[in-house]
Amino acid sequence: MLSIKNLRAGIPGNEILKGINLEVKAGEVHAIMGPNGSGKSTLSSVLAGKENYQVTEGEIWFSPPSPRGEGSGMRRKNLLEMSPEERAREGVFLAFQYPVEIPGVSNINFLKTAINEIRLHRKQPPMETKDFLKLIKEKQALVELQGTLANRSVNEGFSGGEKKRNEIFQMAVLEPTLCILDETDSGLDIDALRIVANGVNKLRSKDRAFVVITHYQRLLDHIIPDFVHVLSNGKIIKSGGKELALELEAKGYDWIKEKDQT
Amino acid sequence: MAEKNDILEKQISSDYKYGFTSDIDMDTAPMGLSEDIVRFISKKKNEPEWMLEFRLKAYRHWLKMEEPHEWAHLEYPKINYQNIIFYAAPKQKKELASLDEVDPELLKTFEKLGISLEEQKRLSGVQSTIAVDAVIDSVSVKTTFKEVLAEKGIIFCSFSEAVQEHPELIKKYMGSVVPYSDNYFAALNSAVFTDGSFCYIPKGVRCPMELSTYFRINTAGTGQFERTLIVADEGAYVSYLEGCTAPRRDENQLHAAVVEIVAHKNGEVKYSTVQNWYPGDKNGKGGIYNFVTKRGICREENSKISWTQVETGSAITWKYPSVILKGDNSVGEFYSVAVTNNHQQADTGTKMLHIGKNTRSTIVSKGISAGCSNNAYRGLVRVAKGAKNARNFSQCDSLLMGDKCGAHTFPYIEIKDKTAVVEHEATTSKIGEDQLFYCQQRGIDKEKAIGLIVNGYCREVFNQLPMEFAVEAQKLLAVSLEGSVG
Repeated sequence: MLSIKNLRAGIPGNEILKGINLEVKAGEVHAIMGPNGSGKSTLSSVLAGKENYQVTEGEIWFSPPSPRGEGSGMRRKNLLEMSPEERAREGVFLAFQYPVEIPGVSNINFLKTAINEIRLHRKQPPMETKDFLKLIKEKQALVELQGTLANRSVNEGFSGGEKKRNEIFQMAVLEPTLCILDETDSGLDIDALRIVANGVNKLRSKDRAFVVITHYQRLLDHIIPDFVHVLSNGKIIKSGGKELALELEAKGYDWIKEKDQT
Repeated sequence: MAEKNDILEKQISSDYKYGFTSDIDMDTAPMGLSEDIVRFISKKKNEPEWMLEFRLKAYRHWLKMEEPHEWAHLEYPKINYQNIIFYAAPKQKKELASLDEVDPELLKTFEKLGISLEEQKRLSGVQSTIAVDAVIDSVSVKTTFKEVLAEKGIIFCSFSEAVQEHPELIKKYMGSVVPYSDNYFAALNSAVFTDGSFCYIPKGVRCPMELSTYFRINTAGTGQFERTLIVADEGAYVSYLEGCTAPRRDENQLHAAVVEIVAHKNGEVKYSTVQNWYPGDKNGKGGIYNFVTKRGICREENSKISWTQVETGSAITWKYPSVILKGDNSVGEFYSVAVTNNHQQADTGTKMLHIGKNTRSTIVSKGISAGCSNNAYRGLVRVAKGAKNARNFSQCDSLLMGDKCGAHTFPYIEIKDKTAVVEHEATTSKIGEDQLFYCQQRGIDKEKAIGLIVNGYCREVFNQLPMEFAVEAQKLLAVSLEGSVG
C-alpha cells in the first residue's frame, strides 16, 4: 500500500531524512520508534505533504486498495506529486501530534465539510444530514467522546486527551486507508491511552494500514504492531517484530545506535 | 516565500459582481456645490421652507469646516467637491400607481441585485418577509409593503415623503442625534442629502417584518448623500437592514450618509448593514469613499440599540456607529466584521457614551486584512460622571492574511465615574499555516479552508445577523477574500 524508496528530505539547508526505505502492506501495522530528533515527525509530515519540507531524493508510492477489488496495482499513486488535500481524499490520514485549534468552527461542521470534499473526489453526492448525524453518533462511541464535543469548536478548549481522541474520532469518520499516528500517545494518561488504542484497534482491517510513530513501548502494549522499525539520525537502522519494541524499552536506543556504528 | 507571494498576487483578483451599470434616464443637477445647488435640491424635492433653512444652515457651517485628514488612519487626496454631481434621479412621473410604471431598466437593476420590489413572500429560507425601500442615486424609487405596515401604524417611507407627510416627526427627530454641526461629512450631508428612509414604530408595536433599505449608486460622477431616521417609540421594536452596491468605475465616488436612531423607553432597534460598495480594482483604482455618520440614542430607560455591520466594500471606510446611553438601564451593542483586501482602507469602530445609570455596552470587532490593505479599529468608551454602574466589554480581534497588510487598534477609554467596569480585550492573529495544513490534511483545499476559518473567526458577529443576511454575509466574505492566501 505504501512504498517509500530512498527518501531524502528536510528543510532547506538541513537534511533530516537520509534515505528511508519502507514497505507497508494493507492490513499491517508498522511502528516507528526512535529517539528525539531522529526524524519521526518529519517523516509523517512529508507523507502528508506539509509544504515546509523539501524532498530532495527518493519516491513515495501509495496504492490504496481498489474499491471494486481490481487489485491494488491498478491505482498506484505518486504521493509526491499530490497536494496535501489530494492525498487526504485518496485516503491518507495523519493523526496530528499537536492537533490544531480552529476557533468558531464546530467540529461537526468541519467534519461535514471534510467528508463531503472526500465524497466529491469519489464522485459521490454530498452526505444527507440525517446519515451524517447517524455516522457521527456511531463513531463517537468508538472513542468514548461525549456528544457535546461535536458541537464545540475544533479542538478549542479541549484537554490534551480530548484532542487526541478527537483525532481518532475524525479518523473513524473519514475512513482512510492509510493511517499515520504521530505520537498519539504523548500527553495521554493511562485511561485515555486505553481509549485511543481501543479506537484504533477497532479500525484495524485487512484493507487498512497503520504507521504508528511513538517514543514509547507502552502504546504498543495496546496496539500490537506487526513490524517495528527504529529510526535514528534520518535512517531506519533496525527492523523487527513486536519483540523489538520490548528490547528497546529494556535497553534504550543507545544500544542499537552503538551497534549500528560498529 | 517568493513563489508564495506570486501565487498570492495572481489570485487576488476576486470579482465584484455588482459592478455593472444601468442605462436609466436620469435627471441630474449641474456639477459642483454652492448655495444655489442646495436650493436646487430643495426645490426639486418641493420642500417646505424649514427644510431649506436646515440645509442652508448646514451648508454655511460646512463651509467653515475642514475635511478631516489628521486623525483617521486613512490616506486619500483632498476631495474636490466642485467635481461631484450632488443630485441625480431617475426620470419618472411623480406618483407611481404601480410597479408597472417604474422604468423597466430600473426594475432589471434591482432584479440583478437580487432585491425584490414585488410584494410577495420570499421563498428562500425562513418564513419572513422583508419590506424594502429602494434608493437609486439620489431618490427612493419604491417602498414595498407600506400598506401592510400602515395597518399597525408603522410608517416606512422615503425620507422625502416623510418631509411632506410627517413634518412634525421629522422636525422633532431630524438632527436630534447627529446635529448638522457634528462633523464635516455630517454637515455636508445635512446640506445636500437627497433621500433615504424614514421609519417610525409607534408605541408598543413590534414590527412584524424586517425593514430594509437598499442603496445603489448608478450615475457616474455623482455622490450619494442619504439620510436615514429610525424611531422606536415606547416599547416598540424593529429590525432594520441596509444593503448597498455601486458600479465598477475608475474614479472614486463619494458616499456620505447620516443615520440617526432614537429608542424611547423600553424601545429596541436592531440595525444590520452589509456594506458592499465597489472597493476599487486590485491596483486601488476607483472605489467608493464611504464617510458615514451613524449614531443612535437610547433616550429613556430600558431602551436598546444594536449595530451589526459587515463591511466588505468601499475604497475607504470611515464609519463609527455609536450609541448614546442616556436612559437608565439602556443597552448598546456593536458587532462588526470589517474586511479589507487589495488597496482598501478602513478606519471603523464605535463610540459608546454612558450617561444613564446601569447602562451596558458590548463591542465585538473583527478586522480582517488581506492584500496591501489597512484596517483600523477606532473606538471610544466614555463613562460620564454620575453614570453609576456602567459596564462595557470590548473585544477587538484582527486577522492578517499575507504580509503586506496592516491591522491597527485605537481604543479610547474615558472614565469619569468610579463605579464603572470596563474591559478591553484585543488579539492579532494570522491564519496559521498549521490551521490550513490541518484542514488540507482532512481533504479541504486552501480556498475552502480559508472560508471556513474566517467564518469561524466572524461567527460571533454573524450570529447577530438575521438568517438570510448571515448567509449573504458569509458568501460575500468568501468572494472578498478569494485567493488572498497563496
